Amino acid sequence: MSEKPKSGAPQLAELATLTPARVALGRSGASVPTREVLRFGMAHAQARDAVHAPFDADGVARRLAALGLEVIQVDSAAGSREAYLRRPDLGRSLSPGSREALTARYGDFDLAFIVADGLSSTAVHRNAVPLVAALLPLLARQGLRLAPLVVGRQARVALGDEIGAAFGARAVAMLIGERPGLSSPDSLGAYLTFAPRAGLTDANRNCISNIRPEGLAYEPAAFKLSWLIAEALRRSLTGIGLKDESDLAIETNETALSGAALLSGAVANTEPPRTSDAFTGEGDR
Amino acid sequence: MGYRVAVGGTSHAFADLRELMAKASPPRSGDQLAGLAAGSMQEIMAARIALADLPLRTFLHEALIPYEDDEVTRLIIDTHDAAAFAPVAALTVGEFRDWLCSDAATSEVLARLARGITPEMAAAVSKLMRNQDLILVARKCRVVSRFRNTLGLPGRLAVRLQPNHPTDDAAGILASIIDGLSYGCGDAVIGINPASDSLGRIGELLRLLDELIARFEIPTQGCVLTHVTSAIALIGQGAPVDLVFQSVAGTQAANASFGIDLSLLQEGMEAGRSQQRGTTGDNLMYFETGQGSALSANAHHGVDQQTLEARAYAVCRAYEPLLVNTVVGFIGPEYLYDGKQIIRAGLEDHFCGKLLGVPMGCDICYTNHAEADQDDMDTLLTLLGTAGVNFIMGVPGADDVMLNYQSTSFHDQLYIREVLGLKRVPEFEAWLQRMDITDATGRLSARQGGQALLAALPGRAA
Repeated sequence: MSEKPKSGAPQLAELATLTPARVALGRSGASVPTREVLRFGMAHAQARDAVHAPFDADGVARRLAALGLEVIQVDSAAGSREAYLRRPDLGRSLSPGSREALTARYGDFDLAFIVADGLSSTAVHRNAVPLVAALLPLLARQGLRLAPLVVGRQARVALGDEIGAAFGARAVAMLIGERPGLSSPDSLGAYLTFAPRAGLTDANRNCISNIRPEGLAYEPAAFKLSWLIAEALRRSLTGIGLKDESDLAIETNETALSGAALLSGAVANTEPPRTSDAFTGEGDR
Repeated sequence: MGYRVAVGGTSHAFADLRELMAKASPPRSGDQLAGLAAGSMQEIMAARIALADLPLRTFLHEALIPYEDDEVTRLIIDTHDAAAFAPVAALTVGEFRDWLCSDAATSEVLARLARGITPEMAAAVSKLMRNQDLILVARKCRVVSRFRNTLGLPGRLAVRLQPNHPTDDAAGILASIIDGLSYGCGDAVIGINPASDSLGRIGELLRLLDELIARFEIPTQGCVLTHVTSAIALIGQGAPVDLVFQSVAGTQAANASFGIDLSLLQEGMEAGRSQQRGTTGDNLMYFETGQGSALSANAHHGVDQQTLEARAYAVCRAYEPLLVNTVVGFIGPEYLYDGKQIIRAGLEDHFCGKLLGVPMGCDICYTNHAEADQDDMDTLLTLLGTAGVNFIMGVPGADDVMLNYQSTSFHDQLYIREVLGLKRVPEFEAWLQRMDITDATGRLSARQGGQALLAALPGRAA
């Protein structure tokens, strides 16, 4: 005879309303009840598929072109997903053919934009095009000279440094799939780097994390990124010297964005970057 | 000095001790990434054959990272206890493995030996050991540490309750803590990884923990895992800091990338001890480590990642820690590729730490881009429980919603207690019974005693 799982007492069950963590699960003896075994298994499957699902670079490029953008596709030096996961150095470097294609377009650009698979192609499939669509009007207002938009395959964040340098762009913005968590398989990250060149580290960048409808929504994410781009170009820097004060810009500038109210709501849900003091690797960089 | 082995007509050469150690290591993606790994399985075995014949004392006069260049090497050499080393001083690495597995190496003998063993010796012998050897010998090593309870006693397993929240929301963190306590978790520490690095916010979290522990008289300690410099500053501001946390690595340069050196750790320990907040002892440092961190910081000096990890335990050992936690699968597949490599690394780290006399726990964990899953964590949990690990993590449902990785859950600790008969630390066990959370046998009570803890939630009457 199987014992029916005890769901926690009613009072403990209310804990689940206070946190996204998996609390008040109940138990079957010492074990997790079947329904949670399956729920967890599905979340893990989504996260695994986000890492390994083939990146539809052509489809993303077509949708970006439909926004009126010139799009160039590039590959990193990592020829396969396994090579990409084992050799982060290869994902930070362009394939020789791709480097040539970009160098041929060297020019006088303020900003190069890259959309890349990173560790979650799911994130890029879902969230990259709407984010770019939300960004374009804000960038147009700044009057920036944009390099052709690049779609990158098997890319790490630092691939943007080579791409920006090949174009001769003053700054580079990389929109890339983040390492998927069980509750967030589709998080997009945006990394902004001034004066891109090989050998930079995360200390040289600004990052906006957890861009997706359930996290930081497109409009406020676009506003933050646009604010950071303007400040980076004005002050000629990114990284630890540039603090994200875009929320102050909203309070002081009434013309800033109709979505300002939306932003203040979304910020509370924003997943901050992983704390640098916890033990971390560079697995998702 | 070079090493040469001829096996079956093939000659294998190793230029120096670093190369010999690296090539004797079980296959590991991080050593491959660093270009240090052996090129074939036969080369691994040839390296192990050569390593087995190496006198243990070689490590005392042939430093893998030069004494002049690295303060971790200086710490290891300058604090080596020759008298403690004497019983094994004449052995080779291979003979040391035989001796460790033998009846001569009792718990008492191993405890006396610890200060005579260098991390390089521990790493070397581990490379000759199978998983069962790592379990067998680690199980004999006992390392007890004390702050408000007594961790590391035989037959006991403690849990760090890890109630992280994506925005450090107080009610959300308390919800996870109450849930965890009601499963009998939290005797190692209630430890929050903060999302914010603001000192004001961290101070609020410290007060939250302090008030909860005081209100319910929980015999445990709290920690907000922030940089040692932040802990020192918070102590200066009068914040209630029980444990001083820091991530550490096995080379001076890797520690510099963490923003620390040995003198700063000393300063952190002294600041913590000045508070006199412990009741059963003054072990108050909480360190986290993990294979691959030195390579990640471009600070590996051509030494394999497992040996460097063992050197990190020499750093920990110098500050009489309460808890040392190898966060084994967090770093990602470019350092530990799959479940097999993570499991092996967890057993190596636990063995090396215990042999060196460090109160070793393990964050049994993986990320979603590694070739691993919950089954691999079950295997490592069962093996480390058998090996006598001091503590593991307790994360709600194994899913850390702030750090985005999977660890062990409140349920997992119930499982391992049930199959191996492991008890909680004595003071905490007694508290759980007083609260009616567990019964006299340590099993969860049917009476839901944890509900009394709900009064801690914001807006509740006391």
